[in-house]
Amino acid sequence: MFRNTYDSDNTVFSPQGRLHQVEYALEAVKQGSAAVGMRSKTHAVLLALKRSSGELASYQQKMFRIDDHVGIAIAGLTSDARVLSNFMRQQAMASKMTFNRPVPVNRLVSAIADRAQVNTQEYGRRPYGVGLLVIGQDQSGPHLYEFSPAGNSYEYYAMSIGARSQSAKTYLEKHFELFENASLEDLIRHGLHALRETLQQDKELTIHNTSIGILGPAGVNEQANIASLGKEGVFRILEGEVIQPYLDSMQPKEVPAPVTSVAAAAAAAAAAGAPAAPAAEAPAEEMPGGLPDDDVNMG
Amino acid sequence: MALAQPLYADQHRPIQHQFNPYAENGGTILAIAGKDFSVIAGDTRQTEGYSIQTRYAPKVFKLTDRAVLAVNGFQADCSTFVKKVKQRIEWYRHAHSKQMPLKAIARMIQGMLYGKRFFPYYTYNILGGIEEDGTGAVYSFDPVGSYEREACRAAGAASSLIQPFLDNQIYFKNQTPAPGAAPFEPGNLPMDTVLSIVIDSFTSATERHIEVGDGLEMFVVVAPGRDVAGVQSLGAEELPALTPEGERIFVLRRDLKKD
Amino acid sequence: MDHFPLSWGRPRNDAVDLYSTYPVNERQRHGPKNDAFTDGVQHTQQPIVTGTSVLAIKYKDGIMMAADCLASYGSLARFKDISRLHSVGQYTLIGAGGDMSDFQYLQHLLDDLMIEEYTSEDGHKLGPDEIYHYLSQVMYARRSKMNPLWNSLLVGGFKDGKSFVGYVDLLGTTYTASTLATGYGAYIAQPLLRRAVEGRETTMTEEEARAIIQECMKVLFYRDARSLNKFQIATVTERGVQIGDAISSETEWSFAEKIRGYGSQTQ
Repeated sequence: MFRNTYDSDNTVFSPQGRLHQVEYALEAVKQGSAAVGMRSKTHAVLLALKRSSGELASYQQKMFRIDDHVGIAIAGLTSDARVLSNFMRQQAMASKMTFNRPVPVNRLVSAIADRAQVNTQEYGRRPYGVGLLVIGQDQSGPHLYEFSPAGNSYEYYAMSIGARSQSAKTYLEKHFELFENASLEDLIRHGLHALRETLQQDKELTIHNTSIGILGPAGVNEQANIASLGKEGVFRILEGEVIQPYLDSMQPKEVPAPVTSVAAAAAAAAAAGAPAAPAAEAPAEEMPGGLPDDDVNMG
Repeated sequence: MALAQPLYADQHRPIQHQFNPYAENGGTILAIAGKDFSVIAGDTRQTEGYSIQTRYAPKVFKLTDRAVLAVNGFQADCSTFVKKVKQRIEWYRHAHSKQMPLKAIARMIQGMLYGKRFFPYYTYNILGGIEEDGTGAVYSFDPVGSYEREACRAAGAASSLIQPFLDNQIYFKNQTPAPGAAPFEPGNLPMDTVLSIVIDSFTSATERHIEVGDGLEMFVVVAPGRDVAGVQSLGAEELPALTPEGERIFVLRRDLKKD
Repeated sequence: MDHFPLSWGRPRNDAVDLYSTYPVNERQRHGPKNDAFTDGVQHTQQPIVTGTSVLAIKYKDGIMMAADCLASYGSLARFKDISRLHSVGQYTLIGAGGDMSDFQYLQHLLDDLMIEEYTSEDGHKLGPDEIYHYLSQVMYARRSKMNPLWNSLLVGGFKDGKSFVGYVDLLGTTYTASTLATGYGAYIAQPLLRRAVEGRETTMTEEEARAIIQECMKVLFYRDARSLNKFQIATVTERGVQIGDAISSETEWSFAEKIRGYGSQTQ
């Protein structure tokens, strides 16, 4: 089944100058659960929502350690992400082997972007079905990059990818000016607030469905590990019990008065002089038929 | 020094210039296992011929929170080998999200050494640390990978001076228990005894071997929960551990004679 | 590593071609006659045009390096105005002994590397320790192919307030120390440098450093038959790499008249 005459081959442009296969790959990123990344002067953090295919299943892996100074969070096809993270780990090690230097983060991100671009131009290939948020540290401090299957990479103060990431983005855009001088704990709290925006109605962030990745000096909740983290603060992934203090630091969500329809909610918000509810803001986000919440291929 | 007259046969055959890809850079390493600790030590002198190239070239390296590797032989092969071992351990960590166990590292090292059986790394390796069952362990290797677990081993320039001493002091060779006393059991000495044996081994080797001296580095790997007051009181520096509350590694440094 | 580039990479033996006159006198094969290790696959190779010692020390403001301007063809002083010091980027300097064509190859290799780094234009610049590490990987890779670059090299530099000096040779052997010397300098200059520098790496002034380096170059000229009284001194400091013009030392030869077999005295 084709949506378009020009979408079966990524080497052919549509008359509108679009590469449909590449755009579909970008849709794959949106199928994955959300990931949020942000950075301050001293830290860079990743936060991600893990899905589970059911009560009996474990939660998916959303974050990968690349090296002591680089970590990634993914949204989209987990198997493609593993190919990319493997490549990034090889690059990191090659840099250590030849120059004894940690690979510069921007070069690492450029390297995967270049690889992704090849997949959008050569016959017989398909684009990667995964987007990445990459945090890294070098002489110029902490960095956050987004990688997309289109072969682009950009640096950000804060960014989110994955399902309903527009809601998180809206939160980040509203608050990002506070991030630069924020403490690690404040940064993570903002990140959790942003991530919370991507949740479905009846869900909430728990120690089971949330991953936190941190780069930078140990925070107040990490004093026990201060020696192993080192002065720079190597990349670490927090999961399970240890993230409870961060979840506890969150402020309760402002719940709008119970209303019966979206239109009524929007009207109520407009009447109160507040911006429209996030759900109404980003109607184009979801695939038709809603999100398959238990798609095991989509991390 | 007279110029040796080349043999007639040498003068009348094609001249061959061979390149010898190996050198011998002196120094000595040793390791001793205790019940719940392991000591891995090496001097820091690097030589070629009669020249001291540097007085500080470390030969003992931390691999994981519970494994320490000492290498000796041809320096270029040694540092390449250590780098490759560390890389393989990093891949293990990526794949399994845990640190590689000691006995797995030992088997991996045998594979890496034997992989270059026909152009060997000219390295003598001694791996020390704590096994998964919490016991102190020492593994020793020859340059092409044959290996075994032992209670102690010396390698390198002064190995022929130190090993017989260890055989006597650690394995109790040529000693007989006092009448009525319990039989000797190698690998059970207390840590302070082991450390004095290590220090004595190196000071003696420094006296008798020109390629040994300058500095001594002793890595002490300690099983989880074991009392560390002894090694701390000797002024040891603790290396940061990846996983707190597991094994701990301390480094003790001593000067050796520089002549 | 001794002072005859020709015997580098070979089993140690000083019974043959003691005065290193090759290629004027062909050098004989030596070493154990039935050594299984050395009788394996062989590449024929030897240095042709060679440079002698290089010296390097750390001092208060950075590092100092020196090498003379001679490239010998066996015992013939063939080229007398070559530079054996070469800068790599803003922070690093390398000095070479051994085969000069292999050294020129390395210069090109490192220049290409620096161009590649420069074109990435992301503000990441290779420091001296990183260039040293790269160079030692190149040297070790070539020795492992049994096709070595016949040099012994010193790398020195200064970046982010830190001095660095390191040694690497045709076998890939590496080490660092506050004073380094290759070739004949390892015997003649190294003891003098160690006495002058060790323990004073952070206090020694540039004038003092220059004095001890000049003294060593003079002693080397007196004692090393493959040296020349025309040498360059280079520094790497906060101000970057500065390679000086060729200079000479004042020498005194009147004593030579009294040496039997050298001056007028023939018996």
